[in-house]
Amino acid sequence: MTETVITHPEIKEPVEFTLATLDWLPWLAPPEEHTLTERQRASLVDAARSKSAYFRLLARDPDILEARTRTDKDIFYNTSSGLPRAERELSAAATSRYNGCIYCASVHARHSVTYSKRPEDVQRLLDIGVSADLGECWNAIVAGAVALTTTPISFGPEHVRRLREAGLDDAEIVDVINSAAFFNWANRLMLSLGEPA
Amino acid sequence: MTDPDIIDTLAGLAPSSPLALIRNRKPVTREQSQASYRVLFETVEPGDVTLQERFAVATFVAGLHAQDEIVDFYADGLARTNPPEAFVAALLAQATLGRASGPYGAYPRGRLSAEDVAGPIFRVTEPHPGVLGARLNAALAHAHMLVFHPRDAGATALQELLDAGWTNTGIVTLSQLVAFLAFQIRTVAGLRALAVAGT
Repeated sequence: MTETVITHPEIKEPVEFTLATLDWLPWLAPPEEHTLTERQRASLVDAARSKSAYFRLLARDPDILEARTRTDKDIFYNTSSGLPRAERELSAAATSRYNGCIYCASVHARHSVTYSKRPEDVQRLLDIGVSADLGECWNAIVAGAVALTTTPISFGPEHVRRLREAGLDDAEIVDVINSAAFFNWANRLMLSLGEPA
Repeated sequence: MTDPDIIDTLAGLAPSSPLALIRNRKPVTREQSQASYRVLFETVEPGDVTLQERFAVATFVAGLHAQDEIVDFYADGLARTNPPEAFVAALLAQATLGRASGPYGAYPRGRLSAEDVAGPIFRVTEPHPGVLGARLNAALAHAHMLVFHPRDAGATALQELLDAGWTNTGIVTLSQLVAFLAFQIRTVAGLRALAVAGT
């Protein structure tokens, strides 16, 4: 059977960064929920993700989906040490803003607001972009995430020094790096396998 | 896990270095980053994407990032699949030709159009398309877009992969592989910068 892409000419795509909840529509056919194999279901990690077209599409290769998901969850949810959730989400939102992933930015901007209680600052990041003035600590985190997101990568010792001067220790800087690096993974999947609606 | 940790190795972190010890505090992140590498590059069931294709794309992507040590690492993996010499030379030449400065690309038409940034669209150039083959030519063009201008992605780009012989599942694997490398290479670069910055 020849496979073809799925297009969604009827949808209205978002044309700016937003805190609103968006939908996401795939360009390749995800497996139907009732056809998922045991292995595919296990790779979702959270059973509820079988409702998501995005995760079902990624379940076409369950091994890398499972490793991706477990990496993601530990980088963001494991607060046994390192940076608070709010700043990890800020790093993810800034990365998504700079790469141009409207869907990912909306999700992680919302998380950033939830954990930081700084809705105006997060909204400025979405509206103005990564040059928005969010106070020096957040500015240093955004600048670090952006420098890691450029290709070639421009993150260097000067970014480390700025983060240290803003009060972060090395374990916290590793969390900035992990959060930004992970969203360079997530943004590329979200942007290239479907579109927000 | 007894095999060497790839991120530590590429970042030059000794097992008892301060940064390796910081990484040890998050064993799941460490193990699952490593597991991601293994399921992409050491799988015994490569399915719709051969190991040679996987290492070829990885060598190209590391080259686009101008990370010589990571290029060598994936080129060693590619060498284990016994590619013709001309194939490896073509891949490395195209990686050099493909270098650009990202992220660039266009937004959906509207207020964000003011932030559109122009940049090159990559295609494998002569005399290399015949050496690399239709599947890889399409995969490298797609990988270049994912690396440098992912916001230009669209259904058309995926149709080009399908037309070149990629399956839906193969495209998911290819996309994961390129996107994973964007993560791995940045984690390594970040840890290296932290190590160089000293204490």
